[in-house]
Amino acid sequence: MFRHAMNIRIIKTLSALLLALSISWVQADTFADLSAELTTVKLSKTKAVLEQLTETKDPRLLVMFEAMVEGNLYYQESTSELLVTESIKGVDQYRRLSSGELIDLSKDETAKVKVNNALRIYLRAEIARIQLTSEDADERKEAVEALYKKMDKSTVATVAELRASETDAGVRSAMDILMAMDMAKNGVDLSQRIEAVQFLTSSLEPPVRNLLIELADQVEEPKLAIEAGVALNVIEGKISFFNKVDTIFFGLSLGSVLLLASIGLAITFGVMGVINMAHGEMIMLGAYTTYVVQLLMPNYIDASIWVAIPAAFLVSGLMGVLIERSVIQFLHGRPLETLLATFGISLILQQLVRTVFSPLNRQVDTPSWMSGSIELNPVLFVTLNRFYIFIFALTVFAALVLILNKTSLGLNVRAVSQNRNMAKAMGIKTAKVDAMTFGLGSGIAGIAGVALSQLTNVGPNLGQGYIIDSFMVVVFGGVGNLFGTLVAAFTLGIANKVFEPITGAVLASILVLVFIILFIQKRPKGLFPQKGRAAE
Amino acid sequence: MTIMSSLLSNQLFKRSGEPGAVVAPFVGLLIIVTLFASVGNLAFSETSIFYVSTYTITLLGKYLCYAMLALAVDIVWGYCGILSLGHAAFFALGGYGMGMYLMRQIGDRGVYGNPLLPDFMVFLNWQELPWYWQGFDNFGFAMLMALAVPGLLAFVFGWLAFRSRVTGVYLSIMTQALTYALMLAFFRNEMGFGGNNGLTDFKDILGFNLQSDTTRVALLATTAFMLSVTLLLSQAIMKSRFGKVIIAVRDTESRSRFLGYRTERYKVWLFVYSAVIAAIAGALYVPQIGIINPGEFTPINSIEVVIWVAIGGRGTLIGAVLGALLVNYAKTRLTAIFPEAWLFALGALFVLVTLFLPKGLFGLFGSLKNKLVSSKTSSTAEEVA
Repeated sequence: MFRHAMNIRIIKTLSALLLALSISWVQADTFADLSAELTTVKLSKTKAVLEQLTETKDPRLLVMFEAMVEGNLYYQESTSELLVTESIKGVDQYRRLSSGELIDLSKDETAKVKVNNALRIYLRAEIARIQLTSEDADERKEAVEALYKKMDKSTVATVAELRASETDAGVRSAMDILMAMDMAKNGVDLSQRIEAVQFLTSSLEPPVRNLLIELADQVEEPKLAIEAGVALNVIEGKISFFNKVDTIFFGLSLGSVLLLASIGLAITFGVMGVINMAHGEMIMLGAYTTYVVQLLMPNYIDASIWVAIPAAFLVSGLMGVLIERSVIQFLHGRPLETLLATFGISLILQQLVRTVFSPLNRQVDTPSWMSGSIELNPVLFVTLNRFYIFIFALTVFAALVLILNKTSLGLNVRAVSQNRNMAKAMGIKTAKVDAMTFGLGSGIAGIAGVALSQLTNVGPNLGQGYIIDSFMVVVFGGVGNLFGTLVAAFTLGIANKVFEPITGAVLASILVLVFIILFIQKRPKGLFPQKGRAAE
Repeated sequence: MTIMSSLLSNQLFKRSGEPGAVVAPFVGLLIIVTLFASVGNLAFSETSIFYVSTYTITLLGKYLCYAMLALAVDIVWGYCGILSLGHAAFFALGGYGMGMYLMRQIGDRGVYGNPLLPDFMVFLNWQELPWYWQGFDNFGFAMLMALAVPGLLAFVFGWLAFRSRVTGVYLSIMTQALTYALMLAFFRNEMGFGGNNGLTDFKDILGFNLQSDTTRVALLATTAFMLSVTLLLSQAIMKSRFGKVIIAVRDTESRSRFLGYRTERYKVWLFVYSAVIAAIAGALYVPQIGIINPGEFTPINSIEVVIWVAIGGRGTLIGAVLGALLVNYAKTRLTAIFPEAWLFALGALFVLVTLFLPKGLFGLFGSLKNKLVSSKTSSTAEEVA
């Protein structure tokens, strides 16, 4: 990576090209010679050798300097070869600096490369410089941010020097903050320090906050303390704002899970008026389908999700059609009996999964493109899997709205849900529509299972907890109204997450349950009741 | 249990059309069986063929508690069409009331030897008894609370639900949400009910050692007595004017309302009555089982009760009781032989009973008899022709 850094200079000066080539050509020799010299040289002369070493711009310098600062740099007494100690599983081991391979040596055969405080200061500055001149802008920025916590004069000077030639805006602003921190802390001129403190309000980094707290508490410069206090207030205000945004994001994330879990139920309940107590198990089947798909294609975890989504839809959807054809159609017009029978089915499915896959939870791998998070600023992170699930939930919702409003199946479904007998009289095969509706609702539950498998462990009880929540969402939103379900899911999700820090997670979900029970008193038909003749 | 039901079937199914008409002979039989078991346990030695083990006594007591819970569900579901999926909540609340009394009775015999605080409170570093634990060292007060709290909860919930005319599956899921919320709440340590572990390690009740055979038999006898009382009382209620209105509400609520009955009031009081029966069952269950924990609140427990009632035949009082006895006996046997198979069997029972036995075993016998009668009459009619 160091050679790359050199390339930047090559562009700057043509004459440097030859020099660079010659350096890289002789590099191997000089680096080895100089490292050997390091083992014998007197402590007072070490700095000169280190400076020469720095000139070689060898990629191993970073490791070597870091090891030396920490006192982990040794050499083999017989060959003068440099070694780095490293603790592997609690045992100190030596590693060759030149090749990086492990070497088996006893303590007697090695000696430490001596280092003192003056050298350490030099080494730290050089380490910072090496990192700060990395080719990758993100790495440079990281290096600058790492310095927030351990700034000293020499590194700040290095940063100030590099600031002039820095091209990346992000790195530049990070460098500005570092320099402002240094100015605010160690500056001589009061007005400059105050200016620096004011500049620091733009940063949310914890070390900046700590520095400001320190400055606000000091008594030597009362004016500076006041300014620091003001700056701190501004920063705290921003942080609490971003924390609120964070809460809302988590609420939206929970809401999207609720939405996925409940729209399938909204369809079956809305059209057929039956609660499918096995709905949670449809979600579970979807999650297990994801697990099985990943077992079948262990080398393509990233792509497995695209196979799992249609597979889960099919598995759960077919199971839904099977349940409808074999049980539910015979219980038509007896919603309470349907509820009991589907509950029985859910017990059977749970036990089936327990017998087939064992009662233990199964781990589903997250594709690499879904793991990790985006850092929007030092306080606000967006976890990628939650973000994608949010997008996914909205996509599924949109697709479902399209199906219901633009296809002939959707037309039939809406007709049956509004007036079953009239639809029958108009020649719609209600039995077929029922089966298709049930399949569709169950299939969507299966897709929800794919999404859930990315958030929690996959176990036989995965779906059980969702049936009550899903029903609450459907009832809250108004039966037979998909947009109501959408609004209800996100409202409940956000409400849950807003209450959570105040009351704790358990009490929050209890409060939401109580709220819905009370809400039903006022609006028994939900937020968006069906209007007109369709409403009974 | 099967012997008992087959013995009774001749007597019972003759008049299964009339709700609760056959309660008296069943109560008689219940008392005889209880007497038999008690004498068998206390008076005969372990080698005698008449000996009944204490394990059986406890098991019998447990079944009878379940039967009482099933009766409570049958009263609201069978007679009023309110499918409660949360009756275990009232059962568990009654159980907690009794559990709190038994906890206070432990006194300084707990692991930490604190004369006032139960062990789990000492463990949580609590300094004094929470206000809602005050007075539970008094048996009378504890029992009053064990019945009043579930009753009040049923009243508030029922009043809110029935007043806004929440019915059908809505109501069922709301009751399930109720027990679910209570379960979550009781799992919290801060609630002061022992959290996850619940209340256990009971020593004695009213000064009698809970482990002794005599106490066990007395508890069984009390349970049998309470079951008989609630059965007879429920029969009386269902035969009264109140009961007739309740059945009218079940069949067509809107028509009853148009006739001028405040149907929600009838439903609320029936719901409260049912909740109190469930609470009595819970309070009797805890000293016999020796533990009460939040697991009793799980929604599946409530739903299991519904299946007992469905299998026995709803709206028949005795059907619910026999269903509970039958299913639980089967559960005890089956979980001992194939632990895995029980959930399969229970699930299949749900599906099969709802599909093929909508009126339960009672209804099956009733319709079989009707068929016999009608085929006889039709054949005689043919002969005449």
